[in-house]
Amino acid sequence: MIRVDGRGENSLIAVRNLGKTYRRGNQDIPVLQGLNLDVDAGDSVAFMGPSGSGKSTLLNLLGGLDVPTTGSIRVGGDEITHMSAGRLTTWRARHVGFVFQMFNLLPVLTAFQNVELPLLLTRLSRAERRDHVETALSVVGLADRMHHYPRELSGGQEQRVAIARAIVTDPTFLLCDEPTGDLDRSSADEVLDLLAQLVAEYGKTVLLVTHDPRAAERAHMLLHLDKGVLVEAQSGAHA
Amino acid sequence: MKYVRLLRVNLFRKKIRTLLTIGSFAVAMFLFGLLIIIRLAFNQGVAVAGADRLIVTNRMSLIQPLPLSYDSRLSAISGVKQVTHVSWFGGVYQDEHNFFPQFVIDVDTWRQVYGEYQISPGEWKAFVGDKQGVMVGRALADRFGWKVGDRIPIRGTIYPGTWEFNLRGIYDGSRDTADTSQFWIHYDYINESQSARFARNYVGWYVVKVASPDDSIHLAKTIDATFANSPWETKTDTEKAFAAGFAKQIGNIELLILSVGGVVFFTLLLVTGNTMAISVRERTGELAVLRAIGYSPRFVLLFVMAESIVIALVGGALGLMLAKGMTMGGDPTHGLLPMFYLPPQQMAFGLVLALVVGVLAGVLPAFSASRLKVVDALRRI
Ligand SMILES: Nc1ncnc2c1ncn2[C@@H]1O[C@H](COP(=O)(O)OP(=O)(O)OP(=O)(O)O)[C@@H](O)[C@H]1O
Ligand SMILES: [Mg+2]
Repeated sequence: MIRVDGRGENSLIAVRNLGKTYRRGNQDIPVLQGLNLDVDAGDSVAFMGPSGSGKSTLLNLLGGLDVPTTGSIRVGGDEITHMSAGRLTTWRARHVGFVFQMFNLLPVLTAFQNVELPLLLTRLSRAERRDHVETALSVVGLADRMHHYPRELSGGQEQRVAIARAIVTDPTFLLCDEPTGDLDRSSADEVLDLLAQLVAEYGKTVLLVTHDPRAAERAHMLLHLDKGVLVEAQSGAHA
Repeated sequence: MKYVRLLRVNLFRKKIRTLLTIGSFAVAMFLFGLLIIIRLAFNQGVAVAGADRLIVTNRMSLIQPLPLSYDSRLSAISGVKQVTHVSWFGGVYQDEHNFFPQFVIDVDTWRQVYGEYQISPGEWKAFVGDKQGVMVGRALADRFGWKVGDRIPIRGTIYPGTWEFNLRGIYDGSRDTADTSQFWIHYDYINESQSARFARNYVGWYVVKVASPDDSIHLAKTIDATFANSPWETKTDTEKAFAAGFAKQIGNIELLILSVGGVVFFTLLLVTGNTMAISVRERTGELAVLRAIGYSPRFVLLFVMAESIVIALVGGALGLMLAKGMTMGGDPTHGLLPMFYLPPQQMAFGLVLALVVGVLAGVLPAFSASRLKVVDALRRI
């Protein structure tokens, strides 16, 4: 169940009265104002909105990359808005899988090594890490490209490697900020198919920012970011 | 350990840049090694000087002689344990380039004053018994392939004519800093051949062994006072001060080394710091992704520092090894700098210095990388 009225109960992600104001010089720029959101485990949400409406800001707050000006964000039992920077870093490693529009992969590492990066922070043995990486890469359909460098992959394949890296630690939810923004139609479809499959087959929770209506259609629900709050737009295919 | 690969691939990402930076370190540390070698070589006299010896020279200058008669007058001064005298022969063996120090010594008293050489009793006896005999240091003998029994012709410059000497013995040093490049000649042999009116019975300088090193300074004053207002006034110094003064004549080596070294290291610091800053800047996006997926600021800090340190240590070690390699061939001046080597402590010191530069060069870029605001870095640039 996905709600924007702040009335959800026991949801996986519960955002209440979230506000974020940037300061530029002596001018306050309010971006988010009193935003509410509930997302249950296994849901998929697409966020849309004009450029500058605060979509990335919202995603960064949900992922613990930035701290809000007001309000609270609870994920599972954790209130992340009051965490210290150090705890937030550890929390991110455990609970969030990020897929960005660009800068995703380290060019000097192979696909395998890129996917292994988050696992280096765990206590897993070398053999266990290899198992996890191989599994993640076969889920995204790139088991045969394991030892390729990012420059040897297409844009769509690169994003699929990034998705493999995001799911390899089995995080609580995935945050994708315009993951298809730099891709052509067919590559974008590959990536969107993959995300849909992660939700449908593996029960992953996915929050996705996109400008692409076709990407938005595939989510359980499409939400518009408008004047600092979320509004329900239309029901997605599965809602 | 699992992060080593990450470190390695980052170092090799811009191979040429990394190699150039390592190269700057190697060149700087090579220079450092050479400066250390030269400094040690010039100060070797100071390092090996005996605390219990005074050098008595003519007050006018080192090359003015003193009369032989001072020998007994010096011996009579209380606090003097033993007196010997030395003269500079300054001859040429085959060719001017073959320089080595030749000392005309008083064989009867020499070893009572210079006890630090290892000499076989048989060879010493043979040397003492032959006025034309000479005793040479091991390094010198090795240099020209001399063996005991060889006849060695030396063309005199101060003492005219060609002199024939019989090699009677080869001495060793009891420490590896000892000077084994000397050539010892009998005073009697040279003195007897001098014109009785003008040049006989003079010596280059005296070396006085004191009974108690604590009295050295006082004794030196007493000696100079004894010969004050005579035609040959004296200037007496401890051997250490004498050696230091000798090194100073060549120039203020310490200052030279400090200023050259200082400039080189400051430049190195800037070059490396700049390289690290550029390399961090280029990777802003990647570092932000690492931070986003759970790497801590401390990890990023140490990671950048480690890169800088690896570059510093690899380059530093390379340069020091080159410098060490230079000394393997021995003293390139053939005798001017008999102690030409780079001791392990100095190499360790050089490596520590490289490490310090590596840390200093890395610390600012590393710190700024660790303080990176992830959300800002992830925005389109
Ligand atoms: N660090 C910052 N300082 C000041 N203003 C900022 C900062 N970060 C974002 N903003 C402003 O906040 C607003 C929302 O930015 P955000 O990146 O969240 O928008 P977006 O919806 O993701 O846009 P886009 O579709 O272009 O990615 C913008 O007006 C932006 O200029
Ligand atoms: Mg955005």
